[in-house]
Amino acid sequence: MTQPVSPPRDSTDQAPPAGQLPSWRTKVARADIRTLSLLGVLAALIAVGGITKPDEFLDTRNLQLVLTQASVIGVVTVGMTFVIMSGGIDLSVGAIVALSSVWATTVATQEYGFAGILFTAVLVGVACGLVNGLLIAYGGMVPFIATLAMLASARGLALQITDGATQIVTIDSVLDLGERDAYVLGIPSLVLVFAVVTVIGWLVLNRTTFGRRTVAVGGNAEAARLAGIDVRRQRLYLYLLSGLCCGIAAFLLIILSGSGQNTNGNLYELDAIAAAIIGGTLLSGGRGTIVGSVLGVLIFTTITNIFALNNLQSDVQQIAKGAIIVAAVLVQRRTASTT
Amino acid sequence: MPEPTPVTSRRGLLLGTAAGAGILLTGCTSNDPAGEPAADNRPAVADTPGKAVTIGFAGPQADHGWLNAINDNAKSRAKKYSDVTLEITEGSNDTAAQIGQIETLINKKVDVLVILPADGKALTQVGLKAMRAGIPVVNLDRIFNTPQAYRCWIGGDNYGMGLNAGHYIGGKLKDVSDAKVIELAGLDNLELTKQRTQGFDDALKNYPNIRKVARQAAEFTVESGQAKMAQLLQAQPKFDALWNHDDDQGVGALRAIEQAGRDDFLMVGGAGALAAFQAIKQDNGVLKATVLYPPTMAASAIDLARALAQAKGVSGLAEFEIPSSITLYSAVVDKTNVDQYMPTGFK
Repeated sequence: MTQPVSPPRDSTDQAPPAGQLPSWRTKVARADIRTLSLLGVLAALIAVGGITKPDEFLDTRNLQLVLTQASVIGVVTVGMTFVIMSGGIDLSVGAIVALSSVWATTVATQEYGFAGILFTAVLVGVACGLVNGLLIAYGGMVPFIATLAMLASARGLALQITDGATQIVTIDSVLDLGERDAYVLGIPSLVLVFAVVTVIGWLVLNRTTFGRRTVAVGGNAEAARLAGIDVRRQRLYLYLLSGLCCGIAAFLLIILSGSGQNTNGNLYELDAIAAAIIGGTLLSGGRGTIVGSVLGVLIFTTITNIFALNNLQSDVQQIAKGAIIVAAVLVQRRTASTT
Repeated sequence: MPEPTPVTSRRGLLLGTAAGAGILLTGCTSNDPAGEPAADNRPAVADTPGKAVTIGFAGPQADHGWLNAINDNAKSRAKKYSDVTLEITEGSNDTAAQIGQIETLINKKVDVLVILPADGKALTQVGLKAMRAGIPVVNLDRIFNTPQAYRCWIGGDNYGMGLNAGHYIGGKLKDVSDAKVIELAGLDNLELTKQRTQGFDDALKNYPNIRKVARQAAEFTVESGQAKMAQLLQAQPKFDALWNHDDDQGVGALRAIEQAGRDDFLMVGGAGALAAFQAIKQDNGVLKATVLYPPTMAASAIDLARALAQAKGVSGLAEFEIPSSITLYSAVVDKTNVDQYMPTGFK
């Protein structure tokens, strides 16, 4: 090891080679191009929605609806982005959301009211993340396998707790948060939480050593270790973070659906990974942005919304969704490489 | 360079906290005891005890309320007969695992088999195998490929669900000119969803004043029901009636309706969940009725299996033998008759 390693300064790209001035202008420009191309895709979708269904689509209530529907998976995706950027993967997010949501809505938990539900949802998420993190960081398991095992176990436990039944929430203070009048300055409560998580995620990734370490571990774990980063502990924290996001998402889902069910969070892992990838996160780690991931989530939710408003059936929806993923990634590639 | 070891005390603290949290949380997993589930009090086929019968029961994993009610119905019905022993397998959604379980039951030489296949087509062979081994098979709900694989099929009527939902809505809207109806379907890649929609459309053809303006498919889950219904409500600012295929996803649909502050239409559900029955009885929301897909069919399957083993017919019918096929009626449950069905509602 002769090359000195400096931790990357920007989450959007690799660190510049040592001894060379960081060309932050180029980097910012490149990141902007990626984000801009995503915004372009989103704008195109909005145009399609606005042309096909002007009255229903371009409506404040519809905007609130799209953002609300994006909130649950959005929070999960923020956590997932961190994990993927570190070169890992978390396949258990959907199952953790399911387990948290049913554990937090059992009759016994509901006796503790609002605080009990919130506390349990978050704690179960964090506990699952902790197990993932310990297995991966200190047990030496491959993230794919460890989180796959968590997926199976958490889903099984969720089923065991519910016996397949739908657990309906009877706590008014929880339900009220999902009502149409639970708006702060016209922003639904769920969207507010999503926004706060996004901002915190962005700050942590771009403005803290934790964020830089994450990028460093994802870029080159060995180099990061030689640079004095405790790679194991960093990995542990990252899966804890993903678990925490799942716990918060589970609470949002409880508010939104007024219930807990073991089928909750179905295929969230794929949705979150897809949104992060569309957002420009490198699956092999080292690169990614929170803004990109959030735009990825919004693109998906907007597509679903436009399809539903136009009464397209699920077969057409699925075909088009696949095509749009490919198109979005290709557009990004092209615009990013031409600069 | 060795891996820097984390400070032991901190790790210990972390683990200790986790363990503590675990202990704290286990206190919260309990749910209320389910009580007597979906047990029906209708008389059994022939109540005089006959020769002792062992019935093998194999079903899919009870991962949602309806399937759970199927298991409960089978168990509680078998318990009512002093002459019936029920051998029930661990439910599985894996075709290979279910085949193995059924073969075990065949080897145990049970008198009759009741099979609710995870996948009807895929389990046809093992049904045939049982029949060839001289064990009559009662095929429950999801039908085998060939009638040779079962002695008697009993199941719900998906087409009839749609038909009856359509006629109920048609009757309610008969005085409304240019009425608009929307449909919240179940999982679209299942044959049964297509059948339900077909029945619904066929029924609506009898009412020229009614037009179906939108249809979206959810996934039988609360979450998907909420999401799809919220979009449907946004897409259709005004409509007169809604048919939702499934009461489980209906919990989510009702939540979305409440969140949108809408109450200007009537809603009909499907399947017959307890929550739906309770809402219909309270009659303070949009949900006015639900069409049944009765889980009591598992109790009837036990009756039929017992009758088969004891060579009895169905009381009330003239024949000496039980029928080879029984399609259950998808009754409409509304405020007028909900009390009667309340005990069969599943969670």
